[in-house]
Amino acid sequence: MDTDTPKLLAQGITKTFHTGRQALETLASIDLTVEAGEFVTVIGPSGCGKSTLFNIIAGIETPDAGSIAIDGVIESDRAGKAGYMPQKPLLLPWKTVEENVILGLDVRHVPRKQAQAQARELLKRFGLLDFAQHYPATLSGGMSQRVALLRTVLFNRSFLLLDEPFGALDALTRLSCQMWLLDVWQEFHASVLFITHDVREAILLSNRIYVLSARPARVLRVVEARLPYPRQPQQLASPEAAQLESELMSLLLKEQQL
Amino acid sequence: MNLRKLASYGPALILIIALLALWQLYVQVGQISPLFLPSPTAIVAALAQNWPIIYDNTLQTLLETVLGILLATLFGLAMAILLDISSWMRRAIYPLLVISQTIPMIALAPLLLIWIGPDIRSKLIVVIIYCFFPIAVACADGLASVEPELINLLRSMRATRWQILWMVRLPAALPSFFSGLRIAATYSVVGAIFGEYVGAEKGLGIYMQRATNSFAISQVFAAIVVTAALSLLLFGLVSLIERITLPWYHGATYRRA
Repeated sequence: MDTDTPKLLAQGITKTFHTGRQALETLASIDLTVEAGEFVTVIGPSGCGKSTLFNIIAGIETPDAGSIAIDGVIESDRAGKAGYMPQKPLLLPWKTVEENVILGLDVRHVPRKQAQAQARELLKRFGLLDFAQHYPATLSGGMSQRVALLRTVLFNRSFLLLDEPFGALDALTRLSCQMWLLDVWQEFHASVLFITHDVREAILLSNRIYVLSARPARVLRVVEARLPYPRQPQQLASPEAAQLESELMSLLLKEQQL
Repeated sequence: MNLRKLASYGPALILIIALLALWQLYVQVGQISPLFLPSPTAIVAALAQNWPIIYDNTLQTLLETVLGILLATLFGLAMAILLDISSWMRRAIYPLLVISQTIPMIALAPLLLIWIGPDIRSKLIVVIIYCFFPIAVACADGLASVEPELINLLRSMRATRWQILWMVRLPAALPSFFSGLRIAATYSVVGAIFGEYVGAEKGLGIYMQRATNSFAISQVFAAIVVTAALSLLLFGLVSLIERITLPWYHGATYRRA
């Protein structure tokens, strides 16, 4: 694969929802690029249609107009082309951690032995092997999200779609999960499209940040986060990060409706 | 079963013993003919005396019950999946299922006897009509209770409709399914006995009817005791199967190797 080809190239994506006679214009022509190996974050005010954009890229919903190319190929049927992780961990309570992690491989009919071997390796590398035979009900919130992320990675490690995965966690757990995600990202040289409404999270994690407007969503601005790698939480205190944070904050505040 | 669990049955046991004692006292002290109301000890005696015959009839009823509930489970599951296919199917089929429950069995059972004959098939149909409904309704509710986000996750993995049903929705519906099955298990014995009561060659129902007709009241009661024991046994069996099948639902923290 040519490394210059963007992982994701979305052009002119629009979407309007109709309920009865009411039309809800959600996306007003979105252009979005994720280069191979890049960590791109989309932030926007709540209810602006971030998740809709996300579901369209994941192939769960279809856009009214626009084209989406993955690895340079325009795909109309995108399901299965990316690892998709929603806000809730959505682990199956009757499956063990290991069985949950291989869910995507089961869907693809990968032989059980082979899938288990891959899962073990991944669980071991990311410190969850001790919990392989546990049921999800016994896991903490942060732990559940890590398992869900590994399930996503095992399904597709080259392109990850993450929709506010750490939104429901407490601040400390979130921070450790964020560091852990960066570890996963670097290990697999994955391309990541990450959604959040947390400005600091966006700055800490991303190469580039797309700021969306209130509904109907447009791209307000694209900014580069130039903090050096490996990222550390302390970097958020640097003048560069602080300036970026206040800039993004004021952009978002103008868009946030009461 | 551990001691604490056993102790939890204590209050029920004490109440039952007290009621039996009161009954025994009432029959012995009062001037009641044992022909009308036999004492508990007389019932036990009748049970022991007629055990070979009662046992033979019990086996027949047990066969009808177990076979009936298995068929009702298959039928109930099929109905639940059918209800689940589309909202159109649901609207078309659901009312029919409800109507099936309003049929007075007292009218239908003799008809079945005329149409099919006195063999096991007419009893199975009665059991199925009694039992499939709680299974179908509970299971359909369970299938519908799966979070839409979970379905989306599977769709993002390019899972087919059947994979989603098989891998996610059916397992998610299992706890509801077992709730329905437990209700069905208690109905099933009553259903089988009712089917036999209108006409059969063998079974607790026809045994009760014959005993009633010959005023052998203590034998009727003996058959009732066996019926109750049978229902409890089936209920317990379903609960046991549930515990083995759904360890995660009953608080297990990890899978035993």
